[in-house]
Amino acid sequence: MEELLEILNELHDDVDYETEEHLIDNGILDSLDIVTLIAQISDRFDVTITAKDIAPENFNSAAAMAALIRRLEEEG
Amino acid sequence: MKRRNVLSYLYETAPQKPDKIAFADETVALTFRQVYDLTSAVGSFLLSRGVTRQPVVVFMRKSPREIAAFFGVIAAGCYYVPLDEEMPAGRIQLILDNVKAPVVICDEDTLPKTKDFDLRGGKAVLFDEAASAPADRAALDAAYEKALDIDPIYIVFTSGSTGLPKGVAACHRSVIDYVEELSDILSFGEDTVFGNQSPLYFDACLKELYPTLKFGATTYLVPKKLFSMPVKLVEFLNEKRVNTICWVVSALTMISAFDTFSVVKPETLKTVAFGSEVFPPKQFAIWRKALPEASFTNLYGPTEGTGMCCYFRVDRDLEDGEPIPIGRPFPNREILLLSEDGKAVPDGETGEIYLRGNAVTLGYYNDPARTASAFVQNPLQKAYPETVYRTGDLAYRNKRGELVYVSRRDYQIKHMGHRIELGEIEVNVNMLPGVKLSAALYNSERKKIVLFYLGDVDEKELGAVLKTKLPRYMLPGKICRLEEMPFTPNGKIDRVTLKKRAEA
Repeated sequence: MEELLEILNELHDDVDYETEEHLIDNGILDSLDIVTLIAQISDRFDVTITAKDIAPENFNSAAAMAALIRRLEEEG
Repeated sequence: MKRRNVLSYLYETAPQKPDKIAFADETVALTFRQVYDLTSAVGSFLLSRGVTRQPVVVFMRKSPREIAAFFGVIAAGCYYVPLDEEMPAGRIQLILDNVKAPVVICDEDTLPKTKDFDLRGGKAVLFDEAASAPADRAALDAAYEKALDIDPIYIVFTSGSTGLPKGVAACHRSVIDYVEELSDILSFGEDTVFGNQSPLYFDACLKELYPTLKFGATTYLVPKKLFSMPVKLVEFLNEKRVNTICWVVSALTMISAFDTFSVVKPETLKTVAFGSEVFPPKQFAIWRKALPEASFTNLYGPTEGTGMCCYFRVDRDLEDGEPIPIGRPFPNREILLLSEDGKAVPDGETGEIYLRGNAVTLGYYNDPARTASAFVQNPLQKAYPETVYRTGDLAYRNKRGELVYVSRRDYQIKHMGHRIELGEIEVNVNMLPGVKLSAALYNSERKKIVLFYLGDVDEKELGAVLKTKLPRYMLPGKICRLEEMPFTPNGKIDRVTLKKRAEA
């Protein structure tokens, strides 16, 4: 989780990722952010994020992203 | 029939297809009859207040109603100036200062925000108020008759190297010429269903707006958040049966790069046009393989040339490493490739693109100095006045006679489909307290703007302040504070050294 928050803070350091639950729905993360984020997550966690995983429910909050990474790690 | 006014498209189509959907988003769908009625109401509202032949700001959230507001402004013989809440506050104020519009049309979301700005004597009115004005047919007809095809219909603002955005004003004649030629080239028709990606505050949306009126086609405004969600995006295209898209390359590569086509394929898509950026060959190959029946067209054109002015239909295999050409000019346009001293370059050599034809816009609004430096007398003939637009883009002709884009002449770059003057970023940074000097560079491989600066302010703080000054697409992806700025022997910032650091 800490490493994920580090990646997110690099992207936008003015967002409270611990509480924000609508990163996608509220347009806080745009498409460029998502591309950057996916590249970073794949890199640092050694998981493969595919198109199917790129859905709002997996990226609306830091907790959802952490859950996605956990799931991919288990599947991997 | 001689076409003089872009609204003639609407006036011909509305009675023929009154109940067909013209423009729709997630929440609102407007039929051609509704677009016609809203256009007449907004036009009458402005005329009843004596507003004609003046700029009118449209500051609304992207929606079909905003599009109707544009047409209403034109119906009053005025020209629309789109503002968007995505724009940073500083830029919005600069635009308001430049145009000094008597009326600012808002919606419920943006009206409270106008209090943060000096409207320069303009009056903020709600779209709903303007749209409920009774249609005054006589006044609208008179304004229509009075309009000449050289009168402006919009002003859109692009990045300027001095930090002041430039307002490009375009007239009926240029837009009509563009719509007619583009429609031919991409074979638009009444069955065309557009999926719009581009914001409404750039000329890119001309591709959908006016052909929709011309043919009685339909445009869906694709919700912005879908552009981060490739599977949902393709599902949306399928659900709406979208067959035509004109998108920036980054929106297309977002889909192909994540192997979306193994999950879902666009089923109805027939025409794919793209531009504003170089299409990475690997990603392009994925698209072609996924849609073997579709046509793919690369478009090129500066805002000052009214939308796009060159096209290349990808109908042959490209050689390894061969960039997709920008091809040839649309009919009724000529591209001159000139050397720095204004002479035609020999075949195969790189020159600067100059554009001639009706597509050349009127110039920069309220800005004679910068207009004069880019809208110039045709260097190849001095016998009579003829204005051509000097693009600052470099290109050459390949063996097939197709134009191939090389790069910018100056510090302008293309990033995420937007044209950006790196100098504008620097001007904004240099104005901040605690900053002594800065240089912005572009790492084209990683598609990142890298900012170097000297000063007391720390990198994080600087990044936060910049967010209030610059549009999101202009924000540096990386900020580096330097102890010392490298200089060339003649005292200029050494951009070659910095570029190496930016690309390290």
